Amino acid sequence: MDRFLYVSMSGAKETLQAQTANNHNLANVNTSGFKADLSAFQSRAVQGPGYASRVYSTDASVGWDDTTGAMTSTGQELDIAIQGSGWFAVQGANGKEAYTRAGNLHVDANGQLLTASGRPVLGDGGPISVPPYSSINIGRDGTVSIVPAGQSPSTTAAIGRIKLVNPPSSQLQRGEDGLFRTTTGSEAPADASVSVTSGVLESSNVNVADAMVKMIELSRRFELQVKAMRTAEEDAQSASKLLSMS
Amino acid sequence: MNTALWAAKTGLDAQQTQMAVVSNNLANVNTTGFKKGRAVFEDLMYQNMRQVGAATSQDTQAPSGMSLGTGVRVVATEKVYTQGSFNQTGNALDVAISGRGFFQVALPDGSVAYTRDGSFQLNSQGQLVTSSGYAVQPSITIPQGAQSISVGTDGTISATLVGQSAPSQIGTLQLTDFVNPAGLQPRGENLLMESGSSGAAQTSTPGLNGLGTLQQGAVEASNVNVVEEMVNMIQTQRAYEMNTKAISTTDQMLQFLSTNL
Repeated sequence: MDRFLYVSMSGAKETLQAQTANNHNLANVNTSGFKADLSAFQSRAVQGPGYASRVYSTDASVGWDDTTGAMTSTGQELDIAIQGSGWFAVQGANGKEAYTRAGNLHVDANGQLLTASGRPVLGDGGPISVPPYSSINIGRDGTVSIVPAGQSPSTTAAIGRIKLVNPPSSQLQRGEDGLFRTTTGSEAPADASVSVTSGVLESSNVNVADAMVKMIELSRRFELQVKAMRTAEEDAQSASKLLSMS
Repeated sequence: MNTALWAAKTGLDAQQTQMAVVSNNLANVNTTGFKKGRAVFEDLMYQNMRQVGAATSQDTQAPSGMSLGTGVRVVATEKVYTQGSFNQTGNALDVAISGRGFFQVALPDGSVAYTRDGSFQLNSQGQLVTSSGYAVQPSITIPQGAQSISVGTDGTISATLVGQSAPSQIGTLQLTDFVNPAGLQPRGENLLMESGSSGAAQTSTPGLNGLGTLQQGAVEASNVNVVEEMVNMIQTQRAYEMNTKAISTTDQMLQFLSTNL
């Protein structure tokens, strides 16, 4: 059978994978702080003797969409959103620093400041722990201040500052847990120009119109590949008919 | 089968949960002391198909890798403890908390539950109970023939008894606070239970140690914002539709494949 069957097969397979990435984006259309996954196809020529006519395609995640999602006001003092570009630091499962923009924070029973998935939020000097408070406030520069329980509102205590970083997108990669890390594995330096707003959450930046159109495009492209595979089969049938006796 | 279908399926699950939370909030828009819930989503793990930065030759590296996301999951349905508005009822036994804290009530099985619903009543023994009939802790009994009952902002309950001119103190309401109220376990009947993530209960006099004060003759209304829930509902419905579309499209692709080959 003609080898172009395999070329179209790779096209169909990779299109299905791109559809998975697109479905993943659509599934996360309501996940706060989510960054849409971008994928693109790359051509891979088959090296070898003969005329170089076979070029396979592979699907690659070329990164994520780093535009800012819409800001939704929640009124909760422990919800934070980063204005413009930047990230805040959390402690990953391996104890190393990781970055996220999903700012629905809470304080657990031990007084530790955690993200919704339970990762400790890092300050300039390690995880931030919050003593018992009657009110809590997160300032523009990430400073966490509280009115300690039993004190008058005039007594505020700054208990830490959330580490805000702003490394270039090219130096970050998304891990398997959805958190971002630097490609080199080193910690990004704190950046004083990143500002946060409390009482607001950043919604997912998935552009639904874009994702829907892409979904249609990918499904049609898939059908095209399948058509080509069918043609390969028909060609093979005709060829064998030519050679058949009678 | 193909992960494309499963990624979209997790999206449907998540939107379904969000819808359940929204409808529970809307159903409780008039429930005294109710605190609205909120579903929190997180992207599921990524499958690393090809490592970014892998060497493509001795001196070159792949500039991009291939990691496929597998969908979304609900990490939490948390309670949002913002203050609800006060509804003046004029009823002497209605008490609202302004600020942090919960009333303690004793359940029939002897355990303690917490509530912000302060629409109290008296049982046949004159004991202060919630609308479900659970006694408020510490137990307060109003003597028979008490003329007028007043609750101070610090929880002091006093009443004028028959044959006396000056009111006498008959008990004190106390409030309990937690490090992480969002970690309390909702139990229904406006009650919440202490859990491992809420922290230990700290009971004190209202107005002290960061606790709120009490207001007699008012109840705290539900903190559900109807407009916000409506917007959430629209958003959820559309997201659900789009994920359904993603499933049917992926299905069509696979169908096309099986019918044409």
